[in-house]
Amino acid sequence: MSALAGSARGFSSVPWFTSLVTVVLLVAMLVAGGAAYPGFLSLQVGFNLLIDNAYLLVVAIGMGFVILSGGIDLSVGSVLALSTMLTAWLLQTAHWHPAAAILAVLVLGALFGGAMGLIIHLFKLQPFIVTLAGMFLARGLCYLISTESITIDQPFFVTVSQTQVPFMKGFLSPGALIALVVLLLAVWVAHFTAFGRAVYAVGCNEQSAAMMGLNVGATRIGVYALSGLCAALGGVLFSFYMLSGYGLHGQGLELDAIAAVVIGGTLLTGGYGYIAGALSGVLVLGAIQTLIAFDGTLSSWWTRIVIGGLLFAFCVVQRVMGGLRGGRA
Amino acid sequence: MTTRADPALGKPSGTPAQALGAVLLQHPLLRPAAALTLLLVLDAMLLPGFFRLEIKDGHLYGALVDILNRAAPLMLAALGMTLVIATRGIDISVGAVVALSGAVAATLIGGTMVIHEGVPAYVANTPMGVALAAAIGVALLCGLWNGVLVAAIRLQPIVATLILMVAGRGLAQLITDGQIVTVYYQPYFFLGSGYLLGLPFSLYVVAALFTLTLLLVKKTALGLFIQAVGINPVAARLAGLRTATLIVLVYVFCSACAGMAGLLITSNIKSADANNAGLLLELDAILAVTLGGTSLAGGRFSLAGSMIGALIIQTLTYTIYSLGVPPEVNMVVKAIVVFVVCISQSSEFRQLLKKRTA
Repeated sequence: MSALAGSARGFSSVPWFTSLVTVVLLVAMLVAGGAAYPGFLSLQVGFNLLIDNAYLLVVAIGMGFVILSGGIDLSVGSVLALSTMLTAWLLQTAHWHPAAAILAVLVLGALFGGAMGLIIHLFKLQPFIVTLAGMFLARGLCYLISTESITIDQPFFVTVSQTQVPFMKGFLSPGALIALVVLLLAVWVAHFTAFGRAVYAVGCNEQSAAMMGLNVGATRIGVYALSGLCAALGGVLFSFYMLSGYGLHGQGLELDAIAAVVIGGTLLTGGYGYIAGALSGVLVLGAIQTLIAFDGTLSSWWTRIVIGGLLFAFCVVQRVMGGLRGGRA
Repeated sequence: MTTRADPALGKPSGTPAQALGAVLLQHPLLRPAAALTLLLVLDAMLLPGFFRLEIKDGHLYGALVDILNRAAPLMLAALGMTLVIATRGIDISVGAVVALSGAVAATLIGGTMVIHEGVPAYVANTPMGVALAAAIGVALLCGLWNGVLVAAIRLQPIVATLILMVAGRGLAQLITDGQIVTVYYQPYFFLGSGYLLGLPFSLYVVAALFTLTLLLVKKTALGLFIQAVGINPVAARLAGLRTATLIVLVYVFCSACAGMAGLLITSNIKSADANNAGLLLELDAILAVTLGGTSLAGGRFSLAGSMIGALIIQTLTYTIYSLGVPPEVNMVVKAIVVFVVCISQSSEFRQLLKKRTA
């Protein structure tokens, strides 16, 4: 972005502006929270946002890639549930080694996502209907394993869930650290690899991407496989966090993940936005929940209403900005 | 109410008899109807007495009536969804609207016990007519909101309705104060579990709404307009159609159907659960519409097909329950059905088949 000539266009360009808005919003929310409630503006409250939403961050990163490529993945919530279930079952019933169980779950998650991507690409189906079916399938498979919740008492998982990693006078959970590492990796993949560039290109215009000689099919399958992998990893983090596998885990999570990505400044039409926006999006969602919890008088359902309102505001802003930029549909 | 936009099917046939056969074979309702018949035959073989109907206390009882009765909310939701999908849209807020309208109705009616001449009786908090009108009114507002987001602000339909899907349940919980609201007012139960002339009353609701929609779509130009918008929105607008108004109308209609479904559901279970009422109903509705042969790409739609689709889903659920298979398997089966139907609908698959047979 060349300094002066590009600054006017650069400032009003959609991903830039909405990403900035989110960060400003987050800071404003934290400051307002700090002014209203003593003890809100401590470092540890900020870290807790990350600890409590580590799985959501990982899932939102996967969703970010899918949305950047112009698709949508509605199956992430149930894939997360299936992963917690599978992890719990492999550990508790099949007595697998934790490393083997985690590896198996991650591979299966990636395969599940990749298979959906393959179907979307091969038969030119709309992503939402295929991932909708994937959502049903994964949720149903959970219940085939067990309809009850499976508690995990495997020593390694218990240790991980209780570990506090000291970090800048506060502490983070291993799950939060993993999520941060995944975020760094994802930013690298999105902005510094051929795959990342292909994702942006496909999201901007599939036809021109194909004409440039990019392998649209491989990119698309890769994106959904990545989303499946992230959902599975989110599931592993979730089972660290909850120490259980249950078919009802992560219900409605796909909506939270989509909301986080949109609030993070990614355009739903694809091609515009930053993977790192997922972090600010997730933190905003987490901050809303924390604020409502701190308030004490507001009931939990206000979270959903506020998230809906934010989603509306961001979509409209994106739409208006998009319209100004020359009307992408 | 279907047109074929597939040029490959326009090839000349041989004799008139062959042509008739081909027409029948290509009738869009053939596949869903065949699927439903197959399912029913399967049921008849697996479940003894499946087709038996008996009259108890002047009401018709039997598996078929049960399936029809339970499918009623889904049929209503599918009816509205068909028109939305016909305009290339999608409405995933159906479940939230069901919860909202149910919450409004149940909260307004509620029911307080009054001792009247020594006999305890329950009285509605608000006159039932007002409560029902309020519930449907809220649903209409939801539809208006969705429609304006799609038509005026031009958000993608899935995103526009996602907003209400997220916020709607929160609003419903706000209305019910996070509680499951129980209704004690007797006349309200008639809507979802009453009988008229031996048949469940909900069936009359569905039949009336279906007939009305069918008449509107077939006997007025509305159906043609909807198809035109679905096939090519820009061309439809250039041809002088008020596409924006039409799209708003379609979303309002879809939400009204969902609101009606919400009334049936709350009346049937005698309570409103803001969290779980109509959960995943939007998915079932989309599934029903797809099963009925409506193209997700817009333009080609079939109201009757969607009704058959809803019945297929309910029959499938019934079968799975009666066979003693864990009900959770239902989701896996549904998922596989969606995959199969969508893939078989896609033109890529047809080309693949053609290559194989050629």
